Amino acid sequence: MPLFYEKRQLVTPGDLLAEDNYITGDNTYEDNGKIYASRVGLVDYEARKVHVVALKAFYVPYVGDTVIGKIIEVTTGGWIVDINAPYFAMLRASDVIDRPFKPETSDLPSIFDVGDLIIAKVVAYDRTRDPLLTVREPGLGKIMRGQLIEITPTKIPRVIGRKGSMVSMIKRETGCQITIGQNGLILVSGKTAEDERLAVMALHKIEEESHTSGLTDRVTEMLRKKKEGVEHV
Amino acid sequence: MSKRKTKKKKLDTLQKKPEKLIDKDDIRLDGRKLNELRPVKIEVGVLGNADGSAYIEQGKNKILAAVYGPKEVHPRHLALPDRAVLRCRYHMAPFSVDERKSPAPSRREVELSKVIREALEPSIFVEYYPRTSIDIFIEVLQADGGTRCAGITTASLALADAGIPMRNLVAACAAGKVEGHLVLDLMDTEDKVGEADVPLALMPNLNAITLLQMDGSLTIEEFEKVINLALEGCKQLYTLQKEALKSKYVVAKEDAEE
Repeated sequence: MPLFYEKRQLVTPGDLLAEDNYITGDNTYEDNGKIYASRVGLVDYEARKVHVVALKAFYVPYVGDTVIGKIIEVTTGGWIVDINAPYFAMLRASDVIDRPFKPETSDLPSIFDVGDLIIAKVVAYDRTRDPLLTVREPGLGKIMRGQLIEITPTKIPRVIGRKGSMVSMIKRETGCQITIGQNGLILVSGKTAEDERLAVMALHKIEEESHTSGLTDRVTEMLRKKKEGVEHV
Repeated sequence: MSKRKTKKKKLDTLQKKPEKLIDKDDIRLDGRKLNELRPVKIEVGVLGNADGSAYIEQGKNKILAAVYGPKEVHPRHLALPDRAVLRCRYHMAPFSVDERKSPAPSRREVELSKVIREALEPSIFVEYYPRTSIDIFIEVLQADGGTRCAGITTASLALADAGIPMRNLVAACAAGKVEGHLVLDLMDTEDKVGEADVPLALMPNLNAITLLQMDGSLTIEEFEKVINLALEGCKQLYTLQKEALKSKYVVAKEDAEE
């Protein structure tokens, strides 16, 4: 049962990864007992499973994910939300309004209007129907302040870090509130513009260097240096 | 006086076609051997607005490809319930050839768009994202023969750069017959003057041909030889493609670790 690449080696679509006795993981496919990569990424083995950690991909909704989206249309029964995925998401009016929802009396644009940004959770999705969102949980709803930045959705796990180590470090060092949408959008809101700028810089650094090791330490170091620099000035 | 001069100059340019395209040492007009590709330069991720993009220079060809999607289909009725629709536009810039080309899509461009789409479709897992569309734009900035093949090579990289799941990259290359010699990667004059031109697209790791056309005439033996020549060319291009795709990330890694 041969393997053709070492762990963390860079592969391109169509590269033969393994033969016999292996099973396909993320971003791979099987043809005639052979396992190939289907995206550009880094190889990873987990027992008999072969993965490719994609370096660039788009967001595919998953039930339970927190996402950040933009209202693009107000319909009679709810809202259509762009969540940076191949499909637009639906948010039902009955999900937001406590009383029984009556289309003729409720003024939906006064709750969320076109262009508003919201934090929401995916409650239902399969490929035959558009994803359904909810805002009925603490921390969800309309975004009132902060900065929004966009990174490749595949790099979100790196931003969070092992058990949230990376994101909690950035929060601690910059004093910013950070909300991560699994769809690649991140909301940063801090006390001052300078704090926010630092956090945004750290996030961009993570995106650029996500496939390298020892990243948390380097980002910490960078943030500390920049903070000192500011205090001296 | 000056008028006559310009007229003479124009005549000269019209007669720039040399007597022989291949000299007695089997060296072609641009100094290449019979089985040699034009110099190739590929770059991936050149456009900020597109989801994926790539740029190629193959000899005098300069081609840009951009990919958008998968995204909701517009107009909606074109959406398919079981797979993504692949849409492709091959277009030549008005300044890409000697004589200004009308920017409106010509009959040839419409056909090439279809042919390129069909060459790329088998490489993409279209069934993963039903009810969406994947849009490919190929813009020829400067043309010197073999643009459909270079377009496929570039568009395939743009698709990979967009993070669309694929079976394999597609590499494409033409081979043909010029003045009795079988040659690889024909340039414009060779294509126009030569006897035959066979564009071929290949998924090298799967050994699957996704495009095969022929213009002109060849005997069966010649045809077989020409195909093998083109296959070799595709494989060479494939290694260049992989390098270009990887280099985008390798550079970032080296920067970080310095």
